[in-house]
Amino acid sequence: MADNDKIIDEVVANDYKYGFTTNIEQEFAAIGLSEETVRFISAKKNEPEWMLEWRLKAYSAWLKMEQPKWQNVHFPEIDFQSIIYYAAQKKKKVINSLDDVDPEIRATYDKLGIPIQEQKLLAGVAVDYVMDSESVITTFRESLKEKGIIFCSISEAIREQPELVKQYLGSVVPQRDNYYAALNSAVFSDGSFVYIPKGVRCPMELSTYFRINAENTGQFERTLIIADEGSYVSYLEGCTAPMRDENQLHAAVVELITLDNAEIKYSTVQNWYPGDKEGKGGIYNFVTKRGMCRGKNSKISWTQVETGSAITWKYPSCILKGENSIGEFYSVAVTNNYQQADTGTKMIHIGKNTKSRIVSKGISAGKSQNSYRGLVQVHKTADNAYNSSQCDSLLIGDKCGAHTFPYLEIKNKTGRVEHEATTSKIGEDLLFYCNQRGLSNEEAVSMIINGYCKEVFKQLPMEFMVEAQKLLSISLEGSVG
Amino acid sequence: MLSIKNLNVSIQGKQILRDFNLEIKAGEIHAIMGPNGTGKSTLASTLAGKEEYEVTSGEVIFNAKNLFDMSADERAREGIFLAFQYPVEIPGVSTTNFMKAAVNAKRKHQGLEPMDAKDFLKLMREKMALVEMNKEFSSRSVNEGFSGGEKKRNEIFQMAMLEPALCLLDETDSGLDIDALRIVANGVNKLRDANRSFLVITHYQRLLNYIVPDYVHVMYGGKIVKSGGKELALKLEEQGYDWIKEENSELV
Repeated sequence: MADNDKIIDEVVANDYKYGFTTNIEQEFAAIGLSEETVRFISAKKNEPEWMLEWRLKAYSAWLKMEQPKWQNVHFPEIDFQSIIYYAAQKKKKVINSLDDVDPEIRATYDKLGIPIQEQKLLAGVAVDYVMDSESVITTFRESLKEKGIIFCSISEAIREQPELVKQYLGSVVPQRDNYYAALNSAVFSDGSFVYIPKGVRCPMELSTYFRINAENTGQFERTLIIADEGSYVSYLEGCTAPMRDENQLHAAVVELITLDNAEIKYSTVQNWYPGDKEGKGGIYNFVTKRGMCRGKNSKISWTQVETGSAITWKYPSCILKGENSIGEFYSVAVTNNYQQADTGTKMIHIGKNTKSRIVSKGISAGKSQNSYRGLVQVHKTADNAYNSSQCDSLLIGDKCGAHTFPYLEIKNKTGRVEHEATTSKIGEDLLFYCNQRGLSNEEAVSMIINGYCKEVFKQLPMEFMVEAQKLLSISLEGSVG
Repeated sequence: MLSIKNLNVSIQGKQILRDFNLEIKAGEIHAIMGPNGTGKSTLASTLAGKEEYEVTSGEVIFNAKNLFDMSADERAREGIFLAFQYPVEIPGVSTTNFMKAAVNAKRKHQGLEPMDAKDFLKLMREKMALVEMNKEFSSRSVNEGFSGGEKKRNEIFQMAMLEPALCLLDETDSGLDIDALRIVANGVNKLRDANRSFLVITHYQRLLNYIVPDYVHVMYGGKIVKSGGKELALKLEEQGYDWIKEENSELV
């Protein structure tokens, strides 16, 4: 048993590979949050008046709200006056081509394994690079434009696509939706905007790579993706941050909208800095992600692989409004050391014949706590709604915890809901079996975990799947018993 | 090949094996029989390196190496194979991927390159045929949803894939119907050769009609109390274990 624990400790312990910082000259908003801060950010972005008003409305709503306390995670009260809400590269020149990007920033992304060089990118992935509060550059814009696809930073969209932004921003996650969404609405600084026109199948994966760099700074990005009738897009999101002793807040809002017969596939590989082995530092990842299947026969599919952050608190959700619309949620959440995760989804069935599927795999190691929280709601109007939920928890070692909180609210008698939950351990018998076939503990655990998560991984685009598998092995390195 | 001297093993402070001795030479088949709870499976698990079995004294030399200097996975790569009494399921891991990892772990240990994918699949097909396994099993998760008989066949298949020097069969016959027993035994017989040894643990003589041993040992109270040729198994089948228990009443 003692040996076992040692093995677990070894597998779980590992060093975060993305913890470096980039030395660029940055300018910041004054520390703390006030109406002035909101005005400052809006001015920095050269925003139109309506946007500033929208932010101020969110700010005043936020002032009256209280931090939620219902989640199964624990952290000291956040002092919102000690956070910097805006950090961006100082000498910003107009970026017309990749050559204009600051070499330091380029080097950063090179180091992260996602070079800002189109020819070196994996074929067929367009990337928006966001560092701290600003989008650095978006690749492949021109070739996408030919198809009428708009892929740019949200700041740019606010200036250049005001009608689309006005129509859809806040339409899925209203300003006062929750505490952190309100905060984000007031101070969001950048993020990605995607519009896929009618009948267009986006020919490449779109991707945003978020990077927190500056100290004491929060990242508040906003992503808005609109898939017009009959269109399709697959979108990927990746994130990392430097290793710092203090906790940093990341409070994003993502809104997805699908019209008739449209489909959005949204994949996340989240690898924010999780803090050190004693639980010091790391990102608080408090995110509101929600999709609205507005049109009939439309589909939104969330796939997330969550390995980073000190605390992850998010529920990518689907509002199934259109008839026959489909919502999916595939999740792997890994916690190790002192990490905490409270994650899951909400499937809100409003339209007739709507279907949803939830597959959640929680893996806990070290002294971490991992909760699945999911709500399935079938409204009166949702005849023949169907949901299937499967929530599996895997424990590695005996110092961690797994929790499942499923909520069902069914108001239509024709609704069908199936829920399945399991909790298992990587038992000594299983490990011994693998050892007996010549596999070391590390090889065995990596294989077992990847097998366990297979159902979720196969939802990811190929390159992401390979990355996710590697990431998982690294996150759990040294954790086995 | 294998030399066990004065081996004493406990689980959670309770002694199971007592001054156990056994010599197995290359190419030999030894059968170990005996009533329940006499330490047969403990012997197999200890040799394979299961952690909860505590070796309190004694020595085991396997191919000129001290067995207890090696971890379970090292022992496997050195050529010890245990066909489990209760094989575990590995959800989401296909038999192909599992075997690929196992075969290549052994090859790496031997200083060889990983096996070429084509050669590997050919080897899989060959060895599956040995135990009459349908090729659909190769893409299914290891042991998941397999019947008892299928799991046991899968053990022998894996044994054939890994070409061990010493095969430990822990009650491989338990839970098998007569057809499955024949298939499993045939598979084992095809793996017999001058350099490979077997230690076959069983309750019943039945298996030994198919896998004919060179030696039969009877275990009782944590040690071998009687050894003989294959006729000893027949005598046990006829007379049961009572006479063994009477002769060795001081051991329990």
